[in-house]
Amino acid sequence: MAKPTEFRIDVEKALGKTEVRAHFRKAMDTLMTNRRNQFPDDAALQALRTQAQAIRANALSKLPELLEQLETNLTKNGVQVHWAETTDEANQIVLGIMQKHHAQSIIKGKSMVSEEMGLNHFLEERGIEALESDLGEFIIQLDGETPSHIIMPAIHKSKEQISKLFHEKFPDIPYTDNVDELTASARRILRDKFYAAPVGLSGVNFAVAETGTLCLVENEGNGRMSTTIPPVHIAVTGIEKVVEKLSDIPPLLSILPRSATGQPITTYFNMISGPRKADEKDGPTEVHLVLLDNGRSRIYSDPELLATLRCIRCGACINHCPVYVRIGGHSYGTVYPGPIGTILEPQKEGLKVHGELIQASSLCGACGEVCPVRIPIPNIINRLRHDSVRKDTENTPTQDAGTRRKPLEAAIWQAWSWSASHPSLYNFGGKTATQLRGLVPNNLGAWTKVRTAPKLAEQTLHQQLKALGVDHE
Amino acid sequence: MSQTTNPPKPDTIYFFGTCLIDLIYPKAGVSAVQLLQRERVKVIYPQAQTCCGQPAWNSGYRDEARQVARAQIKFFPKNIPIVIPSGSCAGMMKTHYPELFKGEADEVEALNLANRVYELTEFLVDVLKVQLQDLGEAVEVAVHTSCSARREMGVADKIEQLLGQLSNVDVKEQAYKTECCGFGGTFAIKEPEISAAMVADKTLHIRATGATQLVSQDCGCLMNISGAFAYQAQHEGKAAPKAQHIAEFLWERTHG
Repeated sequence: MAKPTEFRIDVEKALGKTEVRAHFRKAMDTLMTNRRNQFPDDAALQALRTQAQAIRANALSKLPELLEQLETNLTKNGVQVHWAETTDEANQIVLGIMQKHHAQSIIKGKSMVSEEMGLNHFLEERGIEALESDLGEFIIQLDGETPSHIIMPAIHKSKEQISKLFHEKFPDIPYTDNVDELTASARRILRDKFYAAPVGLSGVNFAVAETGTLCLVENEGNGRMSTTIPPVHIAVTGIEKVVEKLSDIPPLLSILPRSATGQPITTYFNMISGPRKADEKDGPTEVHLVLLDNGRSRIYSDPELLATLRCIRCGACINHCPVYVRIGGHSYGTVYPGPIGTILEPQKEGLKVHGELIQASSLCGACGEVCPVRIPIPNIINRLRHDSVRKDTENTPTQDAGTRRKPLEAAIWQAWSWSASHPSLYNFGGKTATQLRGLVPNNLGAWTKVRTAPKLAEQTLHQQLKALGVDHE
Repeated sequence: MSQTTNPPKPDTIYFFGTCLIDLIYPKAGVSAVQLLQRERVKVIYPQAQTCCGQPAWNSGYRDEARQVARAQIKFFPKNIPIVIPSGSCAGMMKTHYPELFKGEADEVEALNLANRVYELTEFLVDVLKVQLQDLGEAVEVAVHTSCSARREMGVADKIEQLLGQLSNVDVKEQAYKTECCGFGGTFAIKEPEISAAMVADKTLHIRATGATQLVSQDCGCLMNISGAFAYQAQHEGKAAPKAQHIAEFLWERTHG
């Protein structure tokens, strides 16, 4: 976990890497264009967003009941349901299942919740091999990195870097920078692992309460293999991923890939409804679902912050963020980067650890504009800024509320507020400032490193309009 | 969002000048008032007005923002439109006052004020339906629309509708036109490196259009972008397009 002070250092480092920045820009441009092409009719897009928002909001409004229903129906289907309050509990549950089966390795489909849990690290410390099978995840695991994007974990890596990495890690395979050949190599390596792994792990995109179905979208087929070849399948997900009905799925499935990668639909869509039945030839004999809270109940308790949990993890906010495109995902020092990380991480982990992130937004609103479930991300950033300096900390569930209130900054705002709510004081200040305009220094710290200092006017607008005889009441 | 049904042309309106225009860009405010007066609208500029409260609101200091906002609500009591030459301050009053005053004793007054707010270009186009006659020389212009005008107020197209009426103005479109310039109020101070990277790209793309003039509805963006242009002119000898608030630009080109 990143220390609070690392953010700024990471940002400076990231901004210095012009090649990486150009690479990111190109990648995000492509994703933005792809998304735009998927939604030629704006009215249709807005209608679909409203529908998706309603589905997710409805699910959250009944969350406790739906989770109970989900558990009942999954259990009926033969899926074993586990509840984890913390990431440590979730890790212990996975470990327990593996120990029961004397499993020494696990093959993983892509799962951000498993990243949140730090599962790979946890298992490796206990001598268990956790292998990522999503190509992007496979690449960054080879290099000992974490994902820099929630749906494209290796987006920060160039083709050349990946070629070198493969050559270094697999010296038997001849060097190539041909993408198809690299992919084929990864596929060959992973194929054997799929057959050998005693346990497979996946995330969940939507969990349907009505039917007890776990839905999984993916493009590589590794998700299907992770969930069908090994005899044991463990799915991990956050408690917010539940939806009420099976009929809620088509609209969500329609908007998720189009918002994410600009695909009309993903190559694979898996609906998992239990272990192998007596008359079936394949599939795991055991299926488990681990439902993780990790701060989500706290977010759930606040009517405004609750919207954070509508997220379907498409990453569109990340792709459209002018800050993310410049600093990249790793600078955030969090599991979830970009705008969604900016609102989720400080709520999940507390403002002491990740409170710095909420300043890293110009509140331009590009994220909120593209969010398929209309999470008002800028409003939530604003709210978290308030939480970080507010005095009535009992009125918010946010962890470490009020801890970023600095006496000097608070005093400045109080003085500003006093002056700007007392016209005679404000006008006196304005007039005096313009009279002393010559004294404004040319060096205004960081502002004047790349800009000239703004100059105060000779006369304020108040003075000029008065002189022009503009009515004042 | 822009009004779906626009009121008939009013006789009298309020003008909220914004603190940034008051202290740094008063010419933009004077031009806006002149444009409005030319349409035979009586403009009232309450001398008690100060600031919309946005700086404190965006910094998380809600009590302090509310105190300032409450004062403005008192200074604009009549049930007439409030025209604001800034998407950002208009957005504050229109979309954030309702949040800021939720559950407060004066919530109704705040909502009433919010409903009367118009961004200047929106008001000129949708309510006054101005017809402009271009008296200026041929010029190539780039437009930077503020994120608040675009996404909070939904009035991004108004500025181009006004420029479209000027026969000698050729609008050049820059790459990444809808991307933020990196100002973001206190963002520019709290995240100076990211802000600097954003404005560097913004100036690059605007300069690449060859436009000699930049216009915007928001002086915050202009302060950021024109400050960077001036710095680059001084230190790197690069061309600096002239940056003006849209009101100032329109008034200069259309008054005889």
